[in-house]
Amino acid sequence: MKPVIFVLAYLILAPFVGALLDGIDRIVSARMQRRKGPSLMQPFYDLGKLFSKEMIAVNNVQLLLNLSYLVILMIAGSMLFAGADLLMVLFILSTADMFLIMAASSDSSPFANMGASREMLQMMAYEPLTLLVAVGFYLTTGSFQVSDFLTRDYSAVIWMPGLLFGFMFTTAIKFRKSPFDLSTSHHAHQEMVKGITTEMSGTTLAIMNIAEYYEMILLLGIFFLFFVNSTWWSWIVAFVVCALIFFMETLWDNVSARVKWKTLLYSCWVVTLVAGGVNILILMLIK
Amino acid sequence: MNKVSKSPWLLHYDASSCNGCDIEVLDCLTPKYDIERFGIINTGDPFQADILLITGGVNSQTESVVKQLYSQMPDPKVVVAVGICACTGGVFKECYNIKGGIDTVIPVDVYVPGCAARPESIIDGVVRALKVLDEKQAAMKKDGR
Ligand code: SF4
Repeated sequence: MKPVIFVLAYLILAPFVGALLDGIDRIVSARMQRRKGPSLMQPFYDLGKLFSKEMIAVNNVQLLLNLSYLVILMIAGSMLFAGADLLMVLFILSTADMFLIMAASSDSSPFANMGASREMLQMMAYEPLTLLVAVGFYLTTGSFQVSDFLTRDYSAVIWMPGLLFGFMFTTAIKFRKSPFDLSTSHHAHQEMVKGITTEMSGTTLAIMNIAEYYEMILLLGIFFLFFVNSTWWSWIVAFVVCALIFFMETLWDNVSARVKWKTLLYSCWVVTLVAGGVNILILMLIK
Repeated sequence: MNKVSKSPWLLHYDASSCNGCDIEVLDCLTPKYDIERFGIINTGDPFQADILLITGGVNSQTESVVKQLYSQMPDPKVVVAVGICACTGGVFKECYNIKGGIDTVIPVDVYVPGCAARPESIIDGVVRALKVLDEKQAAMKKDGR
């Protein structure tokens, strides 16, 4: 019964929580820049407007591909919240991203196509570490099942601080935050018009935004797993730490400038190798 | 809830401005004026924009660009002409390559005069454009689009 409730809660609440977090993010960012910023509900207004706009379809597959991106992300998230196999969740997550890349390459805009190739590059940058995180969880808890992580009497982070750091580092890519927002940015300005979303408008863009909210909650869910254990208070700790991590991503977004693709690739791989690799090595030796 | 004026995204194009008005447009984004408090985002993408904000008059090179940007924006949309050049052609009006104000190529909804237009009057013009935007959305709904 419990997994069903979790999955339903995720499917229904994730877009709302995601949009709210986005609203908070925009206000916090504005305050960091000594501006007042938009209202908390701004992401909801944006979505409402996007759905009400005239439909401009650049071709007849883009909407479908974007919908696939959304649905597959929903599946990945549901599996995580149902307590299923973490490795599987991560694989489905990458599959979802492929649909976004296809959606962007399906139109004729050179900016969108460039965004699509940069998105692939970003996948190459974060994918190794994401896999190491799954392996780390296995070595720590002896299982890939998310539901098993919750029953251990220690938090996974004790054994995998390096992996947590690495995951925080690479999540900036997934959250589309500076310095790693190469393919498209969650800010209005980008050097390639809008990157992958250049030719998406109205409903198509709204669907992509909702999908990103689902993804955001999924990623925060993985952060959650680092801290949670069988005690009830660990859930509170995990919530607080997730909020803190989200704040730190916003801070990082505001204090750093966008990097070139080579820097992105090398820095992510170095972090993967040093923080992730060493962490896994130690785990393998002493566990 | 889905009123378009609650989240107007803005596309700024420099048709042939002397850059005086452009600087003032960018001023609106700074902490002092902060147009994001109205939910306005200065996007660079016509596909996602609701307001087309143009500075400078139209010349023979930018005419096709202005038309294309306008046609790429999904309805409902409004056009704001910022600066006297964009309104009528201004001091460049008699130039051999200038066609005149923006309204010689596309319909303009709000005119913001001034040389350069002050950030306050630009914000004022954009906020007036929001009303037009809502009217256009209501008209669209009535037509059943
Ligand atoms: S109105 Fe004045 S400041 Fe603006 S573009 Fe024309 S000449 Fe430049």
